Amino acid sequence: MIKKFIYLEWKAFTRSASFGANLAMKILIGFLMVYFSIIFIGMGIGAFYILKKMNLEPLITVNKFLIYYFLFDLVVRLLMQAIPVLNIKPLLVLPFKKPTIVHFSLGKTAISFFNWAHALFFVPFSVVLIIEGYDVLGILFWFIAAFSVVYINNFLNIILSNIDKLFVVFIAITLGLGAAQYYKFFDITSFTGPVFQLFYDAKGLFLIPVLLLIGLYIFTFKYFKNNLFLDAGLSKKEDIATTENLVWLNQFGTLGTFLKNDIKLIKRNKRSKTTIFMSILFLFYGLIFFGNSHQPEVMYIFAGIFVSGGFLFVFGQFVPSWDSSYYQLMMTQNIPYRGYITSKWWLVVIATFVSTILASFYLFYGWEVYLTIVVGAIYNIGVNSHLVLLGGAFTKTPIDLSNAGGAFGDKKAFNINAMLLTLPKLLLPLGLYGLGLYLGNKALGLSFVAGAGILGFIFRNKVFSLIEKRYKIEKYSTISAYKQKN
Amino acid sequence: MIKVNQLSKKYNGNTVLNINNLEIPKGQSFGLVGNNGAGKTTFFSLLLDLIQPSTGNIISNNIQVNTNENWKSFTGSFLDESFLIGYLTPEEYFYFIGDLRHQNKADVDALLEQHEEFFNGEILKNKKYLRDLSKGNQKKVGIIATLIGNPEVIILDEPFANLDPTTVSRLKKIIKELAENPNITVLVSSHDLQHTVEVCDRIVALNRGEIVKDIQTSKETLQELESFFAV
Repeated sequence: MIKKFIYLEWKAFTRSASFGANLAMKILIGFLMVYFSIIFIGMGIGAFYILKKMNLEPLITVNKFLIYYFLFDLVVRLLMQAIPVLNIKPLLVLPFKKPTIVHFSLGKTAISFFNWAHALFFVPFSVVLIIEGYDVLGILFWFIAAFSVVYINNFLNIILSNIDKLFVVFIAITLGLGAAQYYKFFDITSFTGPVFQLFYDAKGLFLIPVLLLIGLYIFTFKYFKNNLFLDAGLSKKEDIATTENLVWLNQFGTLGTFLKNDIKLIKRNKRSKTTIFMSILFLFYGLIFFGNSHQPEVMYIFAGIFVSGGFLFVFGQFVPSWDSSYYQLMMTQNIPYRGYITSKWWLVVIATFVSTILASFYLFYGWEVYLTIVVGAIYNIGVNSHLVLLGGAFTKTPIDLSNAGGAFGDKKAFNINAMLLTLPKLLLPLGLYGLGLYLGNKALGLSFVAGAGILGFIFRNKVFSLIEKRYKIEKYSTISAYKQKN
Repeated sequence: MIKVNQLSKKYNGNTVLNINNLEIPKGQSFGLVGNNGAGKTTFFSLLLDLIQPSTGNIISNNIQVNTNENWKSFTGSFLDESFLIGYLTPEEYFYFIGDLRHQNKADVDALLEQHEEFFNGEILKNKKYLRDLSKGNQKKVGIIATLIGNPEVIILDEPFANLDPTTVSRLKKIIKELAENPNITVLVSSHDLQHTVEVCDRIVALNRGEIVKDIQTSKETLQELESFFAV
């Protein structure tokens, strides 16, 4: 029975629209995956020696911060880990037993990237601990306990993913605990650190998270099995619709028509709504860099680009894909491609502009920091907005907006590939800024980056023609790719 | 109005459509019938430049559709639900299409009022997004949206499928009215021979991508077609 499911999954994987599409993109993603894996493994190996050097006992220190590690993991999962959906409806009436269907759907989540990625840290770290003479059995039990927590997070995510906006609560908890600890108000790690340490010290205790995991699995299983009906877990939520005319946008002509539609698109679909949330998160990205003396100066521009570019990266990335479910309509209407692309460009530009204004709280770090952000915004508007639209012509992954999603619904905002793809857009300004720093000073670096942005802005008509041409060339293959629903 | 020259579409060496020559004069109501896989939707997709022809071309009102986009301004079409924008209410969708076709709100409202009977009170002011409407109601929205902006060519793929009997007869009335207008060319495809015969002046039957019948509708047409498709 399971063999049949695996067969279905394999077919779904190899026949998906994005699989055959772009070799260059796959190579790039593969490269970045390897890069990040190496960083993780390096962290796992290095953590021990670095902590030792800082005169800290490595295992105790790691245990101390594991609570944050797992909380953060849960937030990331709630935001990004899509629950792999086995196409369940057609299976319900076939001679499959319901438990088999649920076991398989849940089992599938176990092999997700979000689980095995943790092994990249825990395995080398544990190995180093054993080599360095820690008790083998103790480490083994500790490892099993830690991984049980990883999987507890996995199943928590599945159960909780039906509750919207829950990740906000967890972010608040994490930030709250972090702040409380920073201001020496309340230190959660003094409670949780010893607990994790006990998994190593007291031999039998690792069974607690293991049993918890088993219990959680059984609970999840029962929950889904009981909800495996078309009018329960698999049902569609219907929203009460209100007609909005947004008349004030009429003055912008065709552009206004598209903007109206895009605003509704963002407001009324879960997937697109998340982009707004992500853009706000990006706003705070600079906090990691500014006022942090450990960061090399050249990284400032990196932050400058990210702070104002959140929307550009998470929305712009998928530009024609947002319209994928009705792309055929767009292609038969009296729409010039130029108008369509321009309206998306304006949306990105407006969002970048608003982000820049919202980011004015960085003035707290001094006007130089804010200037970096403004320069980043100029570069985003002049260069990155075009790059992102151009990249969109090659993004042929349909986005299923209408998937309101039931218990098993995939409604997660964006995939890892897209995030990784944003990196090249940051290397060029980094290079320009670095060059400026090397040749002269900060001001020269900033003016190089701003100059590139202004140049891009001046030549935008030319660039638009180029993008338009690309979209036209890609038109037929895009239509056929979008016809595949995921 | 529409001229098809040496048109063919092949997928991996399989010919799915092959029409040497077909002319549809202005004002005709043209019915396309055939079994599943006969090439009806392929033909309409080619006509709308949604797929590329392997050979030949289609000229609509002196515009070759795969090289020039100007046909879009006088062509209204509805092939399937992928022509609907799920997160809009029906009203918003109509106004959106109206904006693109340079019709103001009053024009669109007038058109909607005209077809209130067709909507049967299930479409407008119902507080539902298009994605939450039933298949039949979605189809009603799509069909009426093709009429916005007074198109000269109207293309409907399987308009009768999924509709209830009352709506089918109302739709027939609408198509007949359009057919009476000498400026409007209507193209309709269907499995249903009887409906097609009722609303079309001319019927072309496709079989495995080839034209096998091309008849002006008369009293005997239905019988002729039925005996052709009977095994």
